[in-house]
Amino acid sequence: MRRTTGRLMRGLAVLSVLTLGATACGGSDDDSGQKAVSADDVQAALEKGGSVTVWAWEPTLKTVAADFQKKYPKVKINLVGERSGDKHYTALSNAISAEKGVPDVSQVEYFALGQYSLTEGLSDLAPFGADKLKDKYTPGPWNAVSEGDKVYGLPMDSGPMALYYNKKIFDKHKIAVPTTWDEYVEAARKLHKADPKVYIANDAGDAGFTTSMLWQAGSRPYKVDGTKVKVDFSDAGAKKYTDTWQKLIDEKLLAPINGWTDDWYKGLGDGTIATLASGAWMPANFVTGVPNASGDWRAAPMPAWTKGDKASAENGGSSLTVPALGKNKELAYAFVEYANSGAGVQSRVKEGAFPATTADLKTDTFLNTEFEYFGGQKANEIFAESAANVSDDWSYLPFQQYANSIFNDTVGKAYVGNTKLIDGLKSWQDASVKYGKEQGFTVE
Amino acid sequence: MTTLQPPPAAKARTARPPARGDRRSWRGWGFIGPFVAVFTLVFLAPIVYSIYLSLFRDQLIGGTQFVGLDNYQQALQDDQFWASLGRVSLFLAVQVPIMLFLGLLIALALDSGRLYGTDFFRIAIFLPYAVPAVVATLMWGFMYGTKYGLVGDINDAFGVTLPDPLSSDLVLASIGNIVTWEFVGYNMLIFYSALKVIPNSLYEAAEIDGAGQVRVITAIKLPAIRGALVIATIFSIIGSFQLFNEPNILRPLARNAITTDYTPNFYTYSLSFNGQQHNYSAAVAIIMGLITMVIAYVVQLRGMRKGA
Repeated sequence: MRRTTGRLMRGLAVLSVLTLGATACGGSDDDSGQKAVSADDVQAALEKGGSVTVWAWEPTLKTVAADFQKKYPKVKINLVGERSGDKHYTALSNAISAEKGVPDVSQVEYFALGQYSLTEGLSDLAPFGADKLKDKYTPGPWNAVSEGDKVYGLPMDSGPMALYYNKKIFDKHKIAVPTTWDEYVEAARKLHKADPKVYIANDAGDAGFTTSMLWQAGSRPYKVDGTKVKVDFSDAGAKKYTDTWQKLIDEKLLAPINGWTDDWYKGLGDGTIATLASGAWMPANFVTGVPNASGDWRAAPMPAWTKGDKASAENGGSSLTVPALGKNKELAYAFVEYANSGAGVQSRVKEGAFPATTADLKTDTFLNTEFEYFGGQKANEIFAESAANVSDDWSYLPFQQYANSIFNDTVGKAYVGNTKLIDGLKSWQDASVKYGKEQGFTVE
Repeated sequence: MTTLQPPPAAKARTARPPARGDRRSWRGWGFIGPFVAVFTLVFLAPIVYSIYLSLFRDQLIGGTQFVGLDNYQQALQDDQFWASLGRVSLFLAVQVPIMLFLGLLIALALDSGRLYGTDFFRIAIFLPYAVPAVVATLMWGFMYGTKYGLVGDINDAFGVTLPDPLSSDLVLASIGNIVTWEFVGYNMLIFYSALKVIPNSLYEAAEIDGAGQVRVITAIKLPAIRGALVIATIFSIIGSFQLFNEPNILRPLARNAITTDYTPNFYTYSLSFNGQQHNYSAAVAIIMGLITMVIAYVVQLRGMRKGA
């Protein structure tokens, strides 16, 4: 009897250790999603201190990080910002799949969020209280970061589009700033004729730009419903865009310069590139990247597809996210909230960022801000109006990041060869569909 | 090669009874053990792991599952893969002969003993090989620029319009130019060192027989360095099939011309890092490895047979 009890006890002990181990493992996988974190926990983490690694290229975060460290002296923010675009996502995906070197906070553009939330690469921030911030943000960006009652990031900025133009060049050649895309093509011809070195814009094939232009033109190529995906570039909006843009390509009115390259900054600075249709986050980049052209540039509303139409679109815009495998999640969230919802927003707005927080968009100080770079223009009025005219029924693919990486393989052909833009889009569609099927999506 | 007689010692050894009876000696393992360990770790393990990876499929929806040889079957029918292989084969057929011919020509010139400043030229021509490929490509990429690069400057200075070296039609040739610049010196050095070991007596004999320089080259020098030629060819074949650095670094300057499936290596890289298709990428890489091995082996067999 005694011996049996002893054995039984020992057996139980082993069993309980095993179960403990099992629950511990099971728990660590998804505790971010389950456990609600109180404000006190975050506060405690801030007092205890630690370091937070942030992968983000947004220039205004430098000041935010410095201020944050001043406020919480025990916290060290390591801002890693030299990567952007493709390289950034490649590094992030690699870190996540290697389960090593994952940053505590990562900037993720709205178009790429789907891919990471779908594969559970990002923490749900709702347990930290992020779900209560919903009303602070404009609807578009909030739609992009949330899915049901889960919140995968806090919107950092938004990119309602505007047409930046080099006033000096337009004045010099006495050409009016275009208000419709037809006028835009006309202006492109006149500018290039007046000075063959001047191009209306640079475009050597850019996925983000093209999708935004389609968005403005009323095209809705992507339909996403959970794991059901539809890709179709044959609607009327897409045709409107390709018809117009094909003219610019055929007549060689676009400078074949890729964005974010040295050539691009030079071209924006020396008058080679006369306009730039881009998001409202651009001014900060003008200030840091093209300092020599200060005073030359102005902002204007996006040209319309039909005269008087005000439809706008978003271009870019990012959120700050907390990767699921990051370590200091409380601290990470504290920083994200500070930067995108708290005091950080003000300092970023001061440096030219375009916030996604409704309150900041409506203040008089914001609307009346005179942009020194734009010769004292109150550009925020234009951006705010654009933001109000963005329709929020657009969606990106849950694998948009991959689709964008092969954009130049397919649509890019239209910029250098005999392929038509619309056919380029068709082969982009086919390649995206093929990848979607391979990845187990139901693709129509 | 002449037929070899087995060394007499071999016969003698088999006749001798084993020194320690039946006990196996483990001493040998002490010598090859470290090698076997490192070889397994850094050579066999990654290959085995790649093969293992290539038998699975990991999807965004549905996760990982075992698919057997499906990835290989898909790769063999993959137009993008074959197109990239075609591209590097064209590169191989054009660039490698040019590079080896130039390397050989320079080596023969340096070896002829009729040039002044041989040492200087030898170092100067070899120098590009010492420049890291990444730096070399960046430098050339800058020169190729039609807007703010050297080509652009030439266009402005002389009022001409040179063809854009980074356009779809020319970019492969431009890459070939970079690779040639990088590796001519390296191949030259292989040939040159092979030429240096030719015994002087052969040249003296040729002179007595009244052979001219051309005859000396065709009858003495080239046959003597055949081994070096074969080695250089094999290195160049492998190098061509593995082309990656140059297209990868030039791509930001020519996104539309250099596609993500430009070379087989670049294709596997894109599959893996942009598309997260590690498994399929492993299968493509293994197939590419096998093709490279077969071609290199065939070249070696042919080269050596002629040399016999």
